[in-house]
Amino acid sequence: MSEQKVYAIPNVQTPSMPVIINPDACIGCNKCVEICPIDVFIPNPKKGGPPIILHAEECWYCGCCANDCSTPGAMKFNWPLPLKPRWRNKETGVVGQL
Amino acid sequence: MATWHEYFLNEGQPPEWPYPIRFGQEREIDTDVLVIGGGIAGCWAAISAARQGVRVALGEKGDVARSGSGGPGCDHWCNAPANPLSRVDPDEWAVRMADHPYSNGIGVQIQCRENYDTLLEMEQMGGKIRDTEDEYVGAEGRDEKTKFMISPRYGTNPSYLPDPHVGEPGFNPPEKRNNVVIRIWGSTFKPLLKKECKRLGVQVFDRVMGTSLLNENGVQGARVVGATGLNGRTGEFLIFHAKSVILAAAGGGSLWLMSMEHGGYSNMHSRNESGDGTAMAWKAGAALTMMEKTGMTSIATGLKHKWYTGAGDASYENVPLVDANGKRIPYPIQGWEDAGAMVPGPGIQEKIREGILRGEYELPIYGDFPAMSDVERRATWNLMLTEESTTKIMVDTLKDGGCDLSRDQLMSYKFIEGQSLPQWRSTGSSGGVLVDWNLKTTVDGLYAAGSQMFSPEDHSYCAATGRYAGRKAAAYVKEVGEGKISREQIEQEKNRIYAPTKRTSGIEWKELHNGLTRAMQYFVSEFKTERLLKMGLEEIERIETEAVPKLFALDPHKLMRSVEDLSMIEHAKIIIQAMLARKASSRPLGLNRIDYPEMDPPEWNKFLTVKQENGEIMFGELPQRFYGNMKEQYEAHNKDYTGVYTPNN
Repeated sequence: MSEQKVYAIPNVQTPSMPVIINPDACIGCNKCVEICPIDVFIPNPKKGGPPIILHAEECWYCGCCANDCSTPGAMKFNWPLPLKPRWRNKETGVVGQL
Repeated sequence: MATWHEYFLNEGQPPEWPYPIRFGQEREIDTDVLVIGGGIAGCWAAISAARQGVRVALGEKGDVARSGSGGPGCDHWCNAPANPLSRVDPDEWAVRMADHPYSNGIGVQIQCRENYDTLLEMEQMGGKIRDTEDEYVGAEGRDEKTKFMISPRYGTNPSYLPDPHVGEPGFNPPEKRNNVVIRIWGSTFKPLLKKECKRLGVQVFDRVMGTSLLNENGVQGARVVGATGLNGRTGEFLIFHAKSVILAAAGGGSLWLMSMEHGGYSNMHSRNESGDGTAMAWKAGAALTMMEKTGMTSIATGLKHKWYTGAGDASYENVPLVDANGKRIPYPIQGWEDAGAMVPGPGIQEKIREGILRGEYELPIYGDFPAMSDVERRATWNLMLTEESTTKIMVDTLKDGGCDLSRDQLMSYKFIEGQSLPQWRSTGSSGGVLVDWNLKTTVDGLYAAGSQMFSPEDHSYCAATGRYAGRKAAAYVKEVGEGKISREQIEQEKNRIYAPTKRTSGIEWKELHNGLTRAMQYFVSEFKTERLLKMGLEEIERIETEAVPKLFALDPHKLMRSVEDLSMIEHAKIIIQAMLARKASSRPLGLNRIDYPEMDPPEWNKFLTVKQENGEIMFGELPQRFYGNMKEQYEAHNKDYTGVYTPNN
């Protein structure tokens, strides 16, 4: 751990992860980069690499990137923590939350 | 690795800007009809104009495939009284829709007459509008012959409010329902609209924001003969020469509230809406109206995202709300039993609140999906909520997270989330560009459609009015020649929009946006007096003179957001000027002037119009229903209307 390089960088945008990208599944087709009306993403400089989330805090959570993703399992919508919904089992009352 | 900071940590340097930088470089485009804004109204305008055989260009800030408030989807095709299952006359329904102060009878008449044709054209393109796979056989409102799924909304009248007869025996029987709202699979629509634009040869300019309209010879109020645009990826400057321009850039942005860090931008309308079209029309000399109208923001606060998943959304048709003990609360269920009522009747909200405080109802409240029949639950969850706007992803995510609504109740945030503050306001569906029966503005060559216009309605309204404006603009360009663009106007515009690229520090767009919203909260909010409104104007002018010259933009994207700020400043000033000019309070306009407390005095029962002439602000007025007899006017202006498009493959 002592060899870990630490940079001086500004605070990370909040919320920072409107989607979670699985780099093993993502084929780097950049369809999400093109679909997103906000330009939340930019293409990865490495061809075939997963897109980079650049303007995370501008996301309006329309979900089109994940809806239209060409590769199953590559991109998952990620509700910001203050907005995660809850439900409960009507019979048992057991609460569920994302 | 997916975020910017992870990239930085891995590579030891930030990624380079991925697109070519072309700040100030010019690209000229010649076209007949230019459409600014590629949402629902803009796409339909472009398609409709192109079908008339003229050249069309379409500029869109995002990517047309999914941009705009209706880009992700839409579940209700509202107010379609011309559909074959309807029991109401389109002209009569339009009159009922317009039967409130400050209505846009032109737009609703077009919607009622033409939005069913528009829907059939959507189906021609491949849009799904019927239950062709028989997924919902047995659902109430489903018609076996047409396979249309009628929604309970507007079951007895065109209002979100409950009918006074709700609860009476035999209320809203199936054989007497209006059947004016059709459930649709709107998430299929937007990519198909883009595809049709391409098929018809529309020149689509994705990532291009409209920044200004070009008047003939640069004279404010003269015919509009083009527009300028900014590419938000490259910074390129686009000069459109056009015989006619259709503005379809929607309404105002977040002028009172900016809460990105709280939970995303969380806007009900597209995040890209920033009043650019309104500001452009204003500078070009077009008249606007109802600019003094505002309302409290109810769901686009950054906190209210759960509205969609908390049984509060318009798509929660037929979902009963129960308290923590399973006791039904007397809130409308937006279903057949209350004819689609969305908001409680007078006193009901207070009654529930008192019941909560007394212990009669225990918080929190739940949407009781398991209480519904299987087919109704599926219709609500899999069709209505899945197709509605930004909700498809929410439904999918809940399903993936293990939520099963045949078994689970979804928690609602009513009451525990608190109410919006009076300072959190929005221009909502209110002020906009004034149009005539051709959807032409008061400036020659300039048209408007959808929520760019004053007092607009919803998705099908935007589609039908866009389609109409495209047809009218195409007819216009066949009669006129090229216009002359002023080089001086272009140079002025370039100086205006590229100034932030000359600096690397100062004030960034987010801070400026927030400063503007704070000024609006303080001075243009619950307490309105001449003194406060003038202080608001001074505050915004101070932002213009002191903060705008410090705006800096490090890349084309941030430049685009900076130019949006400039639109919002302009928009805010127009709103305040209109509020100052209306020396009366008005309930339908959400305007409470403490210094003019009488509500809606008869002498102020009129539209206030506002425009610029030679840079001076000019006010005017129009009577309510200035648009005349809706049926007669529509028919007089549409003798050549040919109905549903016939594709020639």
